[in-house]
Amino acid sequence: MATQINNKALHTYLLRLADSSLTMGQRLAEWCGHGPYLEEDVALTNVSLDLIGHAQIFYQLAVALSDDSQTADDLAFLRDSHEYRNPIITELPKGDFAYTTLKQYFIDVFSVQLYQALSKSSYEPLSLAAQKALMEVKYHLKRSEAWVERLSLSTDEAKVRMQKALNDLWFYTPELFETDAALNELIEQGVIADLLALKTKWNEQVKTLLQRCQLEIPESGWVATGGLAGEHSEHLGYMLAEMQFLQRAYPGCEW
Amino acid sequence: MTFNAKSMTENQVLTADAIYQLLAEVKDPEIPVISIQDLGVLQQVKIHENSVHVGIIPTYSGCPAMHAIKTDIKAALLAHADYYGIDRVVVELLDKPVWTTDMITDKGKAAMLAYGIAPPLNAGEQSINCPQCGSDNTQCISEFGSTACKALYRCNRCLEPFDYFKCHA
Repeated sequence: MATQINNKALHTYLLRLADSSLTMGQRLAEWCGHGPYLEEDVALTNVSLDLIGHAQIFYQLAVALSDDSQTADDLAFLRDSHEYRNPIITELPKGDFAYTTLKQYFIDVFSVQLYQALSKSSYEPLSLAAQKALMEVKYHLKRSEAWVERLSLSTDEAKVRMQKALNDLWFYTPELFETDAALNELIEQGVIADLLALKTKWNEQVKTLLQRCQLEIPESGWVATGGLAGEHSEHLGYMLAEMQFLQRAYPGCEW
Repeated sequence: MTFNAKSMTENQVLTADAIYQLLAEVKDPEIPVISIQDLGVLQQVKIHENSVHVGIIPTYSGCPAMHAIKTDIKAALLAHADYYGIDRVVVELLDKPVWTTDMITDKGKAAMLAYGIAPPLNAGEQSINCPQCGSDNTQCISEFGSTACKALYRCNRCLEPFDYFKCHA
């Protein structure tokens, strides 16, 4: 028996997907002109472009579900930080190249597994969007995985930086799999991916690589949370201030 | 030669075939030798009275060329608006099918190769050959290149760098 999909919950989840891609894409774009060398500069911004493309697709799905007149651009450029639904890890400042690389790797593994699962969503527009995004994030993962390995097994300086990145990032990762009552309902209906199952899968894949790279996972302590409820780190506000400046200063501006 | 006023003013019959022929002139803005049809982007032409609906699908999610392609489609059709009696062109971005490089026609791949871009590999093919000298002794310099759809390679035989249109499937 087909059960009624909770549109409000699905709308929020689509925003979570879109906001995650947009904040990741925006942080990567900050590398433009600052990459360690030209080819890598091009790679970072190419990945950024794909992620902003994914954000656009997910925002459009959210718009299609909603009764109000907000456009995809409105969602990206006219919401304040408490209305963003991304997990905190995606909004963290770009840091050094080791930090960006490891963060990208964590998100790439997550995205490949997530979009594989979402490709089977009972909600067709989401399934189609996931199939499209999946082809691109698989390619991103090949690059970020190779970089994690290359940096971790190279010079002492690179190893130290990779270990520091891991220490700083690790406790932001559980939030990727966080759910609430509304999301659990969508999971049961097969509309979105089973995030608990993904958590196990993600940990297996990531820990295998970290071990091969001789990186040590830090002892447990604290765990970041809050993005799903719109409670973010201070970093998101600064990022939005820069990203949204043009639309705020010149409302409706297009090019 | 006698001037026939009637045939100059009468509209030609507006058919999907005629539209496909006009759209054969619309090329990918980044690779101006391959038509949007050979690229697999052009998926649908529907005619309703005097309005033409064209359905296209995006290549890469964030590809900025889609906007240019939409504009080019409108311009190509509206340039013949009087001849065919077209009074409206709507270009719609479809969400399916999901584009893959398998949708690029053999004609499109040949055009790419002649232009100096190694076309995406077919299933079962292994080596990426140099579009200049044909050697299979090539090497990837960067997984990402001048646009989202391309990677940067170098030929170890003739030493020329070249773009490879990434396999996306």
